[in-house]
This record gives sequence, structure tokens and C-alpha cells, in this order.
Amino acid sequence: MSFRCEHLSKSFAMRDGFVQALDDVTFSVGEREFVSIVGPSGCGKTTLLKLIAGLLRPSAGSVVPSAAPDDGRPASALVFQEHGLFPWMTVLENVAFGLETRGVGRSERHERAMTFISSVGLAPFAHAWPHQLSVGMRQRVGIGRAFVTDPRLLLLDEPLGSLDAQTRFLLQEELLRLWTRSRSAVVYVTHDIEEAVVLGDRVLVLTGRPGRIQGEITVPLGRPRKLEYAVDEKVTALKWQIWKMLEEEARRSLALSTREPVSSVEEPVP
Amino acid sequence: MSGGNARPRRGAGAWPAFLVIAVLLGLWETWARTSDSASILFPAPSVIAAVLVRELRSGALVRTVGATLGRLASGLALGGVPALLLGLTMGFSPRVRAAVDPLVAAAHAIPKIAVLPILMILLGLGEAPKIAVVAAAAFFPLLISTMSGVRHISPIHFEVAHGYGASAPRVFWRVLVPGSLPQILSGVRLAFNAALLITIALEIVAARTGLGATIWLAWQTMRVEELYASLAVTSFLGVGFNAILAFAGRRLVPWHSTPEI
Repeated sequence: MSFRCEHLSKSFAMRDGFVQALDDVTFSVGEREFVSIVGPSGCGKTTLLKLIAGLLRPSAGSVVPSAAPDDGRPASALVFQEHGLFPWMTVLENVAFGLETRGVGRSERHERAMTFISSVGLAPFAHAWPHQLSVGMRQRVGIGRAFVTDPRLLLLDEPLGSLDAQTRFLLQEELLRLWTRSRSAVVYVTHDIEEAVVLGDRVLVLTGRPGRIQGEITVPLGRPRKLEYAVDEKVTALKWQIWKMLEEEARRSLALSTREPVSSVEEPVP
Repeated sequence: MSGGNARPRRGAGAWPAFLVIAVLLGLWETWARTSDSASILFPAPSVIAAVLVRELRSGALVRTVGATLGRLASGLALGGVPALLLGLTMGFSPRVRAAVDPLVAAAHAIPKIAVLPILMILLGLGEAPKIAVVAAAAFFPLLISTMSGVRHISPIHFEVAHGYGASAPRVFWRVLVPGSLPQILSGVRLAFNAALLITIALEIVAARTGLGATIWLAWQTMRVEELYASLAVTSFLGVGFNAILAFAGRRLVPWHSTPEI
């Protein structure tokens, strides 16, 4: 097991009282497992990742890391949705930053970062500034910075959320490739149901205000995954099943009535 | 990728400005040489240039500029370093900011030259009160720019640094300083310009050396061409320093697609 969350709750003090972001969240992630967390915006997904990363303290409950041997690997590395790169560092320095904070010497960390950069084909951009890159390239650098530290747990907060569909598709594939050759477990937060299913071994469905785990689905697809799975009927069925868990809340947040059918499309049998 | 595409073509930008200056100087020269009344208050550029050459040869110019630059540099260092440190602290800590901000706002509004008499009583008639006034003039612009520079760093950058377990000194040197550097540099420019103004002003009021004193003496003795010579030197100092800062900015902040200074 990589780590587990036990009865995790988090509330924030606001001007007019408390807002509960997460309520009694319990789950565990295995070694090298890929867990997707899907939920509507504002359901506390980012809060959950920050709690796991140790950037926030839980109001109740705890995050229990695995009793891992002390081999110098960082417990976790976090990838943000965007703007995660330091604009004042080159691509190389950004990728090496996770090693820099762990006290890896300059020449060694640059060598390791450069190896990674070359392996994903970004070598011509190693000395470019982030503002000179496309959004998709920046995100690849951000993901690379996390992978290069060889963390036990990789936490990704909607890393492909701001990309166009084509770019996202290609980067999903790259992410799976990187994860396969790494030793890290992944917690992947997204609001895209299909993405959650296609990438994950398991999908946790989170509903919002306060965030609770509404359901957990094991994805019955093999590895290595191909993105052709996106059109697999098993995936379509799972997508529908997850949508049903999220539908009521999604409608409520838009103040849409749940009674009126939108169309006469029949519900596919899962 | 070198990113040279975003930089404006500098040659194209500089020539029209030189042309405008040359044409204006030419008109001025002609006017001053053809009109007696004009030459009294507006001596020809060639006459002013001759004064500059004479003062340069006699060493008077170097002494005068040296006195002004000495006050300017001491004041900038004395006011700038605390401004930088306090600005970084105020930008980083909301508590310190809340405690000091009202005081800064109140003190910033006081014309610094007005404190000179009090400082002269406290610190004597020598260089000390003058340098203190220059320091005060340089202090506030740099403080405010530095503070706002730190506050404009996206919280995500701090979260990333903490997420990767960065120590406090590393956060300082790798996030806080580079993140606020563009605004610190424009703060240095504001501080220099404020300090130059106040140095000239206090030399007019209370010094026997320096450009301000020379300007005032020239005016009182009606040596108008010497007054203009000093003004030209002052203007040159400002242009020169701003050019140096722009160059330093391109070197120190290479990640900015469009330098702010």
C-alpha cells in the first residue's frame, strides 16, 4: 500500500463561519496504483490533494503514509493545473527544482533532469523560458518535474484541464507511458469522467459541499492502456454509471429540474 | 529558442529621437545667434557646450558632479538597503504589513526636503542631514515597489516550492527574490529619480558644492550659460543611469518577454 486517508475532514474558517470542504473521506492507494478522483468543480478535490501532499492540515482524520524503507524517495510530488512552472527558471532548472530541494548537487540534478527532458523530446527547449513554450509543453515540463524526483506518490490536480481536446489526448498517452516506466502511485484529480475512467485502475467519485466519496469503481481494463479504450463499450457504461452518481448534484448546482427529461434517449444498460 | 522575436528593433526606435533633438538644437542655435534678447536667457547650445568643455578641463565639473554623485550614492545605499529588506518582509508577512503600512503611507506623503531643517538641527550642518534626506527620498519608492513585487508573486509558486519541501532560505532565493525582481528594478529606477531630484533641490537650498549649488550660484550671478551647463549634466546623469538600469534589467530579468523597465 502506498498510503491511506482515514476519515479525512477539512473545514475552512470564512468571514461568515466555517465552510466544510471535505467530510469523512476514507480510501487507500496501493503501490504503483493509478487512482482517478472525479467530481464537479468545488467538490474539494484540490483540498484533498493538498492534504495528502501535506500542504494543508486536516481538521479531522489523518493521512497515513506507508511504512516505506528510508530510501530517499520523496513521499509525494504535486502537479498543479497550470502556472506551476517558475517563470524565472529555464525548463532545465524547473525540472531540476524537485531535486534541488532534496539537496542533489547542481551537476547531478542537471544531468538527471536533462536525461528526462531528452527522453520526452524536449531537449531543444531545455534552456528556454516557460513563457516561450506552448501551454501543453509547459504542462509536460510540470509533470516532468514531478516524475524526475521519483516520488512514491504523484498527485496531479487536473493537469490537462486547460488544454484543447487533441493535446489532452496525446498527453494522457504520454502520462500513462511515464507512469508505466516509473515506480510511482498516482492520484489523478479531474472533472472529466472519461479521462478518469480511461486512465485509472480505480475511480473515486467525489460529490461536493462538503466533498464526500459517493462511490468507488474498479475499471476492468487491462494494462498497458491504449486510448482506443475511450470508445470501448465498457468505458461508455462506466461513464454512464459515474454520471448517474454526479447528475443530481450537477443539476442542482445549475438549478435545473431533475424531473423533465432532456430527450427521450434510453438509458444504456451498464 | 532565444526569444529574440519579441524584442523591438532598437535602431529603428533610436534614430527618430536623435533627429528630433538635433533639429531642436539647430533651431535653438540659430535663434540664439540671431536674437540678442534670446541669447541672454537662452544662450546658444554651442556656448553651453563651451562652458562644459572649460569646466571639464579645469576639473570643476568633476568636483561638482562628484559631490552630487557622492550624496546620491550614499543616500541611495542608506535608504535602498533597508527599503529592500523591509519591502520583502512586508510583502511576505501580512502581519508586518498591517503594522507598518499606515506609518509608511503617512511618512511617504511628507515632502522629504521639508525635514531638512529638523535634520540639520539634529545632525549638524555637514553632509549627514543631506544624505539622510536623500535616503528618505529613495527609501519609499523602493519599499513600495518591492512590497508590491512580492505580493504579485502567484501563491502557486510558493505552494510548488513548499510541495517540493523547499527550505525557507531556498524559498527566499529561488522564489521571493526572482519573483519580485522585475518590480524591484523599477523601484530602483523610481528611487534613483526621486533621489536625484531631492539631491539637486537640497543642494540649491543648503550646499556649497554639487550641481544644485552650481545652478543656484549661476542664477544668482546671472551666468545663465553655466546654469544651463549644470542642467545638461543633470539631465545626462538621469538618462545615463536609466540606460544602465534598462541594460541591467535585460540581463537580470531575462525571463520577461517584455522588460518592465
